[in-house]
Amino acid sequence: MSVFRPNWQALMSLLATLYSLTAVPFTDSMGSGTPLIVVAILLAGALASMLRLSFALEAAVLTLASFGAAAVLIGGLADAFGTASRGYFAALGAAWLLGWRLVTVLSGDGSRGSDGGGGTAIIVPALFGLWVVILWECIVRGAGVPFVLLPPPSAIGLKITNSTSILAADFKQTVLKAVLFGYVVGSLTGFLVAILADRFRFFANGLLPIGNMVSALPMIGIAPVMVIWFGFDWQSKAAVVIVMTFFPMLVNTLAGLAASSDMERDLMRTYGATHWQVLLKLRLQAAMPFIFNALKINSTLALIGAIVAEFFGTPIVGMGFRISTEVGRMNLDMVWAEIAMAAIVGSLFYGALALLERSVTFWHPSYRR
Amino acid sequence: MPETVISAQNLDLTFETNDGPVHALKDITLDIAEGEFVSLIGPSGCGKTTLLRVIADLETPTGGTVSVNGMTPDEARLARAYGYVFQQSALLPWRTIEENVALPLEVMGLDKATRNQRIVSNLELVNLTGFEKKFPWQLSGGMQQRASIARALAVEPAMLLMDEPFGALDEIVRDHLNEQLLKLWAKTKKTVVFVTHSIPEAVFLSTKIVVMSPRPGRIHEIIDCNLGTDRALDIRETPEFLRIAHQVREGLKAGHSYDE
Ligand SMILES: Nc1ncnc2c1ncn2[C@@H]1O[C@H](COP(=O)(O)OP(=O)(O)O)[C@@H](O)[C@H]1O
Ligand SMILES: [Mg+2]
Repeated sequence: MSVFRPNWQALMSLLATLYSLTAVPFTDSMGSGTPLIVVAILLAGALASMLRLSFALEAAVLTLASFGAAAVLIGGLADAFGTASRGYFAALGAAWLLGWRLVTVLSGDGSRGSDGGGGTAIIVPALFGLWVVILWECIVRGAGVPFVLLPPPSAIGLKITNSTSILAADFKQTVLKAVLFGYVVGSLTGFLVAILADRFRFFANGLLPIGNMVSALPMIGIAPVMVIWFGFDWQSKAAVVIVMTFFPMLVNTLAGLAASSDMERDLMRTYGATHWQVLLKLRLQAAMPFIFNALKINSTLALIGAIVAEFFGTPIVGMGFRISTEVGRMNLDMVWAEIAMAAIVGSLFYGALALLERSVTFWHPSYRR
Repeated sequence: MPETVISAQNLDLTFETNDGPVHALKDITLDIAEGEFVSLIGPSGCGKTTLLRVIADLETPTGGTVSVNGMTPDEARLARAYGYVFQQSALLPWRTIEENVALPLEVMGLDKATRNQRIVSNLELVNLTGFEKKFPWQLSGGMQQRASIARALAVEPAMLLMDEPFGALDEIVRDHLNEQLLKLWAKTKKTVVFVTHSIPEAVFLSTKIVVMSPRPGRIHEIIDCNLGTDRALDIRETPEFLRIAHQVREGLKAGHSYDE
């Protein structure tokens, strides 16, 4: 067994690092000494990762090398907007390749059984997200992308920390009022109507075609109508969210209630179970995967619905309001701050539902252990 | 003379399907006495399952009458006169084994103490003590089917209706479960109606074998079969066993016209 273990990410990284030396200095503010430090870090990382190291050591070396190089590269952009050379981007690519190698190692390439499992499920996406931000920052500032086109993450981050009170007010108005109320009411009524429609079949037969029609309606069309009906404040946004979330829940719950097998229903019949006993003990349980599916779909729909609905008249607060007015003033960092908040809120909402789903439908073949 | 508990008179059942009517049962007349172990045997599609389902009030006959424990099948079902064991165990995957056994007891509205006592005694009866907290998908097929038998017994029904309960299991497991079922029957004295398409299984278990023939499903022959109460698997080598098995085989052959 050789001590040498080449891998393509490290090899490519090595080549990119060497190439970066052809275009020194990297930026106007970096001088010619700093690139050498970056190159040294990258070479050390790439070479070390090709040795047969232990899992922990290799992960540590790759983390230090990739993020160390990235940190120096970001630092080199101070007062050097739009001046990055070919060498700068080659070095950036080399650092990113080491980051990729790190993800490969962590995902259990060749080291299955070691640690792995629970931790990597969070670490790998986090690393991925971190690299998106790093590349975004370096490319936008290094290549000098105009601010209105795409502000760098650092500017967005700064805007977020400087406007927490505005963001908090918008969060309260849009998420805590419109989204939450609309989501709960829309999903709950969808669920209850499904239970009724299942009991009284004619109800379902009349309702489903209407449901399909309503879900085909463009939200852009109903939002202004809701504003006229329910006023400018959050109630009209909640109404849009209710309309959007009601039918996914109705349709999914109805499908879920049909998911138990004939044999299971016959079994309940041999026990002389009543309709509600069968519903409670068998059919609703079997419907849970479908119901959670609707809850997850609705979490996304609710956020989109509330934000877009605010484009059509609103008091002077709310995420959608902020986005539409700040775009007009070319304050793109504020727009992106709102987008970032929406993304984080949406992911947390979805993630919490996914966790809950796992604990409720642990028995489903896709989760069993 | 033991009492008749299941009595079918001139049963007829025709399914209306998209491809036209299917005559599943034709003129079935059958009496089953208390404490008997009756096997329904025949090629697949001859109406064994349908007959069992009619007795269980899961299917309504288009002609004739059935009485179960002196009641209509509907009344008997609501009185929980029988326990039904399906071809698959039909255990609910989100319930543990003990919770699955508790399912019919919850439907019946029994209190917790009674439920627990019946769970313990019936799981013991099928040798599943120690597996109470497992989920069905963590057990083997044979254990799952035993759990479903415990669930049927927990209702404390006067009779058991079993539709090829061991059909999906391998030969060795099936032999073992046959022995256990026989012991269970001797101990509980329940009336059992048992669907199978295995001749040795039918002869080994039954006091009476009902040979059925297809298209339309009807009773070809009823064979008495009593090999004594204290049977073990090796009885299958005795001349008496082989004689009855031969008789069943001849019956199946005669009933099944190979004309297609
Ligand atoms: N629900 C049903 N609808 C239509 N045809 C059925 C239905 N159930 C059973 N059959 C038909 O009735 C016949 C007897 O079926 P079954 O009782 O299941 O036979 P077995 O259990 O002996 O294999 C078969 O031809 C089958 O296709
Ligand atoms: Mg059958």
